[in-house]
Amino acid sequence: MATTTEEEIDIELSPPGEEKGVLTGGIQSLFYTVDHKKLGLMYIGSGLIFFVIAGLMATAIRIQLAIPKNDFLEPDVFNRFFTMHGTAMVFYVGMPIIFGFANYLIPLMIGARDMAFPRLNAFGFWMFFFSACLFYFSYLGAEGLYGAGSAPDVGWFAYSPLTAKAFSRGHSTDYWTLSILLGGIGSLATALNILVTVFCFRCKGMTLGRMPLFVWLWIVVAFLTLIALPPLSACQIMLTLDRYLGANFFNTQAGGSAVLWQHFFWIFGHPEVYILILPGFAIASEVIPVFSRKPIFGYPIMVAASVMIAFISLGVWAHHMFTVGMTSLGNTFFAISTMIIAVPTGIKIFNWLGTMYGGKIRLDLPMMFCIAFLFQFLIAGLTGVMLSVAPFNWQLSDSYFVVAHFHYVLIGGLLFTLFAGIYYWYPKAIGRMLNHKLGLWHFWLFIFGFTLTFAPQHVSGILGMPRRIFTYDPGRGWEIWNFISTVGVPFQIAGVACLVANMIWSYFKGKKAGDDPWDAWTLEWATTSPPAEYNFEKLPVVRSRRPLWDLKHPEDPDWKHE
Amino acid sequence: MSELSDVGMINQSVPPEEEAEWKLPSFRKVGVILLILTETALFTIFVVAYLFYIKKSLNGPYPQDVLELPILATVALLSSSITVVIAERAFMKNARGTFHLWWGLTMVLGLFFLGFTAHEWYTLIYRDGLTIATNVFGSTFYALVGLHASHVIIGLILLGLVFVLSLLGHVKPDQAERIEMISWYWHFVDVVWIVVFIVVYIISRSA
Repeated sequence: MATTTEEEIDIELSPPGEEKGVLTGGIQSLFYTVDHKKLGLMYIGSGLIFFVIAGLMATAIRIQLAIPKNDFLEPDVFNRFFTMHGTAMVFYVGMPIIFGFANYLIPLMIGARDMAFPRLNAFGFWMFFFSACLFYFSYLGAEGLYGAGSAPDVGWFAYSPLTAKAFSRGHSTDYWTLSILLGGIGSLATALNILVTVFCFRCKGMTLGRMPLFVWLWIVVAFLTLIALPPLSACQIMLTLDRYLGANFFNTQAGGSAVLWQHFFWIFGHPEVYILILPGFAIASEVIPVFSRKPIFGYPIMVAASVMIAFISLGVWAHHMFTVGMTSLGNTFFAISTMIIAVPTGIKIFNWLGTMYGGKIRLDLPMMFCIAFLFQFLIAGLTGVMLSVAPFNWQLSDSYFVVAHFHYVLIGGLLFTLFAGIYYWYPKAIGRMLNHKLGLWHFWLFIFGFTLTFAPQHVSGILGMPRRIFTYDPGRGWEIWNFISTVGVPFQIAGVACLVANMIWSYFKGKKAGDDPWDAWTLEWATTSPPAEYNFEKLPVVRSRRPLWDLKHPEDPDWKHE
Repeated sequence: MSELSDVGMINQSVPPEEEAEWKLPSFRKVGVILLILTETALFTIFVVAYLFYIKKSLNGPYPQDVLELPILATVALLSSSITVVIAERAFMKNARGTFHLWWGLTMVLGLFFLGFTAHEWYTLIYRDGLTIATNVFGSTFYALVGLHASHVIIGLILLGLVFVLSLLGHVKPDQAERIEMISWYWHFVDVVWIVVFIVVYIISRSA
């Protein structure tokens, strides 16, 4: 072997046991591990598996809609696919991957040895994993009486009264309800764990004002999770009582209210959007400064804007319900609160731009994904403000315009930053760099495919195409937009395939990363790659927001200026 | 590996005035406070559902017909908040006998409260014919009161575990903070009952 000498040196200098790598050392250790780094990678890995499954379902949906009067999917199969796709992407892809990043990085960033409650952490992961398995098991187990129902088919927000026993026979809706209820318990446990870790286990000198913005944003996300998830659990409990004990919460024939379900669901549902996107902001707030070679612009403003977003996000939920028919006071309130939430979000975008302005920008893959994120998230934000205008919303609610809007948020916003995070922290977690050339293929294929798929949906939405229809008549002017939309899909698949291939190839053959391949400033880069089980040989002491800068530049440390 | 691994290096070139004491809050206290926060969010939704459905039942029985003010049970549960504090103080002073007495009394009061709920539900179901399926009042009433009662049960399990372990001599004086955390949870259950009492037994009966 050519690299023998190099590896020998590594073995001599690394702590014992570290050479085994992160995923070897016996599959069985994954089942009993309480190590935050292993659990973090397990979250991300299983999230990526469910991402592929849910993505393939979306592919089938796009094939069905490519041409009018297509019969690739049966209508009921189509309903199941969009339900399984939407629910899985939110609860079994988005949530676990963001929790995986938080789990892996937060203890490292604040100089702790593990999470506050390591076993609770493992509990959270296994609750999520079990609930995801339960969710997909519905395909086999939900048959119920008379073969009614298979997988859930009520849409990811499962409006009442469609979920009532009379309209949703068999057990498909119960699988949906119970798996979300269980997954919610896991998310609550993890969110609580993150907050306790951040408040009680920071290393010496790591005051709240010196924490990386990633950690600050996660304080906000974890608080939002603790406040916004219980309403979801509550309405799942009520729905289960309705379906199994004949309670009347959402039974309109006994005085129950179907609209109450919408309120309760969206009291969870809208903060959930911010629970998903703020971790994306968190990644961008770490990547952009490092690749612009400047400290983040307006750190306290960034923190304040995040807290503001969290507060306002608790008061905007009914903008999902303009078409239900509210009082004009209600419409006005929710339209204005929704518009106001664009202000702190805009502040953040300007601060990222301010960080880049005058910086020595290094156009490496994490930075490229973050720049794409800035543009795409801007579009998502603008269509969001458009949709907050109640009369405009009456026209376009439940149309493909809305589909395009939230896919720009969750793919163009969240997924691109998650990709940036994968390219940025993979070297830390695995110890090897991801291949640059394959990464470039991934970036360009995916951004091309993404734009091709979702930009035309703005147009088909404005032309009146409703979401969740399994086919449509020719001659409405929707054909070309739908066709372009479907053409984009293979490019996205090829892009994701490049990423997966890259992750596997680099695990074995990638260039050795070293401790600090990006010349970064936060504490996770101060330990080995991958970090030892105890994270830090000696717990660090922090003097400023960029402890590694201080270390590398003793002649001009940050604490002299902060 | 490189010199970066030795994070102790950050100690170098340190301004001397910053060697202050580094103190962080207790992780147990923060954890329990956050647990109480998220439980509050859960109860809020059930309370809102109850308030929203007041006078929305299409058929009886209605709250004003069947609900009676649970004065004794309320007094029992609220005074258990006092007894648990007395027990906790006794524990701090290492007066184990006094601790057992008041801790046990707390459990008795909690059990009395649960017994009341059981009796109330039995009467409602068999005398008044009110079940969870009868009307929206029944649905919201059993869900809210039941959610609270389930929290009382969890609290009693925690109290009982400590009681038995302490009798067996497994609870050490340095575990005082854990005792305190159980009492915090128990106070939370009491405060929720005050809300439930006002909403269910006062507002909805007079609405």
